[in-house]
Order: sequence, then structure tokens, then C-alpha cells
Amino acid sequence: MSSSASPSPDGAAERPQERLHPQEHTHLQEHFDRTIAKDQRIEPRDWMPEGYRKTLVRQIAQHAHSEIIGMQPEGDWITRAPSLRRKAILFAKVQDEAGHGLYLYSAAETLGADRQDLTERLIEGRQKYSSIFNYPTPTFADVGVIGWFVDGAAICNQVPLCRSSYGPYARAMVRVCKEESFHQRQGYELLMTMMRGTEEQRAMVQDAVDRWWWPSLMMFGPPDEDSPNSAQSMAWRIKRHSNDELRQKFVDMTVPQAEKLGVTLPDPELRWNEERGQHDFGRPDFTELMRVIKGDGPCNAERVGRRRTAHEEGAWVREAAAAHAAKQARREEKEHAA
Amino acid sequence: MSGTNGQWPLYEIFVRSKRGLNHVHVGSLRAADDRMALTHARDLYTRRNEGVSVWAVRSDDIAASTPDEKDPFFEPSGDKVYRHPTFYDIPADVPHI
Repeated sequence: MSSSASPSPDGAAERPQERLHPQEHTHLQEHFDRTIAKDQRIEPRDWMPEGYRKTLVRQIAQHAHSEIIGMQPEGDWITRAPSLRRKAILFAKVQDEAGHGLYLYSAAETLGADRQDLTERLIEGRQKYSSIFNYPTPTFADVGVIGWFVDGAAICNQVPLCRSSYGPYARAMVRVCKEESFHQRQGYELLMTMMRGTEEQRAMVQDAVDRWWWPSLMMFGPPDEDSPNSAQSMAWRIKRHSNDELRQKFVDMTVPQAEKLGVTLPDPELRWNEERGQHDFGRPDFTELMRVIKGDGPCNAERVGRRRTAHEEGAWVREAAAAHAAKQARREEKEHAA
Repeated sequence: MSGTNGQWPLYEIFVRSKRGLNHVHVGSLRAADDRMALTHARDLYTRRNEGVSVWAVRSDDIAASTPDEKDPFFEPSGDKVYRHPTFYDIPADVPHI
């Protein structure tokens, strides 16, 4: 198959780094460092340090997997949405998540990653995805809270990634961020509607808020002092802000929204700190985060299992499409020859 | 050609966002054939009226300059300052030029 052997013009070039003369290597490294220092973008076929490439592949793959697995918790509600309007919105949202995953997989491919290999790594549990998607969605209010918290947190994380030093990743993020705003707003609007409803519906919203608040704060990753790779990622300008900075931003953004909605965020330590001009808040349970990342969350097995089933059950479609394409190509060849 | 156990080939996608503008590269995708590349491109890159026309080009059909030859490759245009209008001194009181 020639297609994977011959890279895209944007794709990974042959990388004969081992054969480089040491002086040549220094020269390339300097050029890379200057590009980063000038805040310019690194593009696919530029020389880059192996660590930079590996870090990016890992981060982009995890990000892509998160979008794809992220279709499941809400996807469960598509058939049970309470109205045609909500169903159509949810469909569009879940389709967007698939799209985000595909933008990101193609960004990973520009670094020489193999898409099939990435899928296999996900379903074999060798690559991670965001811990948040391992929590269940027992009520329809969860759909709203995911839009509000989870997509809100994703916006905090992703807006700075639009200026990430790797061009294809940054460009994918621009597209993602444009669409993410709809996700957050539909969630908040859904919750506002429920809050105007019955006592039971309001309780349902509060319950979902209680369950999702802490896992949402964990989405930003371990605290800065326990995040050893962050400094290097920031030096390379892959990341622009630390985990704790982004977490703080999310809290400050969400508190007034919660007040307006009329729900209570489940943190007794949450209060405005006049001096800092920011909110103080409690420490998420990071041992829970580690446990869920390592595979022991409420829904890990179910999420990965379903992804595996979908992949396996789709095999015949992929094969049929390839066979059809081959047949068409033969037919065209024959017509040309005639 | 994509085999049954191989991946579908990679396509680069270009979208014209509205009449009067060029097609612009928006990203890539994998598809079994040209027709599927176009329908996937529509679903992936134009879910919100981002385009009025789409091109899908097999990635391995694109000829591209390599980063290694960047400097010598683009050098011919580097030293020809007289190609720019600012090269020419014209008195300030000459109108419309």
C-alpha cells in the first residue's frame, strides 16, 4: 500500500537524524530554538528534537482519544432526549466531538504517527484519554452539566493551545474552539430550562453539579508541583499556562455562572479572595484522578470496550469501501486502455 | 491503492469559503476513494456553512518544496528589491502614484 509509505506534503518526512553530522545537528537545534524564541510556528517537515515530537504525539493522541471517547457519555442520551430539539442538538454536538477527534488524528499524522496504530493503542489501553469521560451519565441533567463544566474546562484548556508552537495542532485547536462555544452554551441553556421546571428537575441539576464539579477540576491535571513534564512543554511553547493557572481560571469563570443558574458548587472552601482578586477553593482529590487515569474509574472498561466493539464491527465497512475503490480503479484503468 | 488490511489513503482538503476567494487548505482526512473523500470533507470541514466548494487531493500526488532547500530555493526572490514599489523614489507631490 503506497499511501502510508509516501507521506503527505504536510506529513512526516524521512528523518535521517541518526546520520546527521554533530555540527549539522547543532545548527538544526539552533534554528529550532530560534523559531520557538521568535514565537513562530514549527511546521511538519521542519527539523524538531525527538522529545518535542514525542511529547506532541502523546498529547495530540490523548486529546484525539478524549474527543472520540467523549462521544459516549452524552451519546447515551441521544435516543432518550426529551424533545426533538434536544435530540437534534445532542446529535450535532456528538458529531462535532467526532470531528474534533478527526482533526486531531490528522494533526498527529503530520508528526509521523500512524492512525491505525493510534486506534489500537487506545483500545488496548496503551494510550490514555481524559479522565472525565470515565464518569457515568445517569440523568439528562448530566448532558447539561457536561456542556457547561466539561466543555467549559475544555475551552479554558484549548484557547491557549490555539497559539501552541506546533502549527497543525494550533490550527486544529482554532477549529475546535470555534465549535466548543456552542457546546458550552447548549449545556447551560439546557440547565436553565430545567431550573425553571419542577422541584424535582432542579434537584436533578444540583445532583449533577455535585457529581461533576470535582472531576471537572481534575481535568486540568495534577497540581503544578506534581506535573514534571509541564515545564518542558511550556519551554517548547506547546503549553502556555500551567495546570493550576487554568484550573483557577475555570473556577473564576464558573462561580458567577453557578450563581446566575441558582445552583451551589459543592466546595465549602470556595470563596472570593479580595486580596488575590481570585477565588480560593478546595483541593481536588488527586488520588482519585490518578486512579481513574490508571483505569479504575467508574466506566473505564465500558468506554474502551465500546470503542473496541465499534472498531471491530466497522471492519467490514472499511474492507468493503476499500474493495469498492479498488474495483472502480480497475474499471477506470480498463476504460483508459480501451 | 489501499488494500483490505491497509489504511485508506490520505487526502488533503481545500475549501472555498465563498465565491471570489481561493480554495484554502483546511486539513486532511483518510478515505477509500475520491468520492468518499469529498463527502467526508463535507461532513468534517463544512458542518457550519464554511464552504461553497471543496477540493480533495491525494496527499501523495502533491509536489512540495522541502524545508531543507528552503533558503537556496527561495533565494532568487531575495535580492531583487527593485520588484517592490517602495524601491522607487517619487516626489511626494506627484499625485496618484
